[in-house]
Amino acid sequence: MEISEGRSGGIGTYLVVYVAILAISGVQILIAYSNIEASHMVFRMLALAIVQAALAITFFMHMKSEKRNLALFLLPATVFVLAMMNMIWSDSFRLLTMRPFSH
Amino acid sequence: MGSVVETREAPAFAIPHKKLVMWLFIISDAVTFGAILFAYGYLRNATTDWPKPFESASVLNAYIMTVVLVTSSLTMLMAIRAAKTGERPRAAVWAWLTVAGGLLFALLHLKEWLGLIGQGLTLFANPWGSGLFGAAFFSITGLHLTHVVAGCVAISVVILGYKRGRYDRMDLKIWGLYWHFVDMIWMFVVPLMYLLNVKR
Repeated sequence: MEISEGRSGGIGTYLVVYVAILAISGVQILIAYSNIEASHMVFRMLALAIVQAALAITFFMHMKSEKRNLALFLLPATVFVLAMMNMIWSDSFRLLTMRPFSH
Repeated sequence: MGSVVETREAPAFAIPHKKLVMWLFIISDAVTFGAILFAYGYLRNATTDWPKPFESASVLNAYIMTVVLVTSSLTMLMAIRAAKTGERPRAAVWAWLTVAGGLLFALLHLKEWLGLIGQGLTLFANPWGSGLFGAAFFSITGLHLTHVVAGCVAISVVILGYKRGRYDRMDLKIWGLYWHFVDMIWMFVVPLMYLLNVKR
């Protein structure tokens, strides 16, 4: 069986990804100082952070050039665990809106 | 005595075992960071007097730290490229630049911490609001900083071994994966920890 080392991208690709990641960080700062609702701010910043992470995994960590089975093995399990953590939010909002318990 | 038939199992997913182990570590570490960031989100959402202490100087510092860390990821990629073409001294120089970037990041981080501590921020109290802020801030950024420092130490050990021929380019590449992961985690820490708590 052939062992893959994963092909690395060209320097040009790395530079484009590098600039894109830093530009997205800049956009996040603009969002932080904009007058929008806190929940919208969180979603926008998280969405941009996910794009940054996807760029880093795909191009810097060379997931793009690895065998597809590796991604299929690692990513769905991780996303599933992180998604399951979202069950805490209902309790977090309960603490905020139902305090004190007598109401 | 019968002949011994050697059987070797093919590497899973057609990647070297060491690399697979690093990927598994990265996944488990991602879940660890995910858990503490979710815990932070839980507290942040449920606390009405959550402090927003970060002034524009802190935001600028966080952006500079991001630039330093992402640049160090780029130098790590250059090190791996040089290693691939067999240019060992050049690969070592690029990898040392990565370590230098990590150390600069750590210094900027400590400067930020000392500034906040000087303003009265401790693990359990602060002058601005909920005492939970300090615990969340120091534990999340502290765990990340520990990863950065550990990465600097590990990459330094690999460079020294690589120059002596003890380690090969795959070791450099594997620790490159770790370094990019640390970089990636910072992309979540900055918006959640700093940018959502900007003073206006």
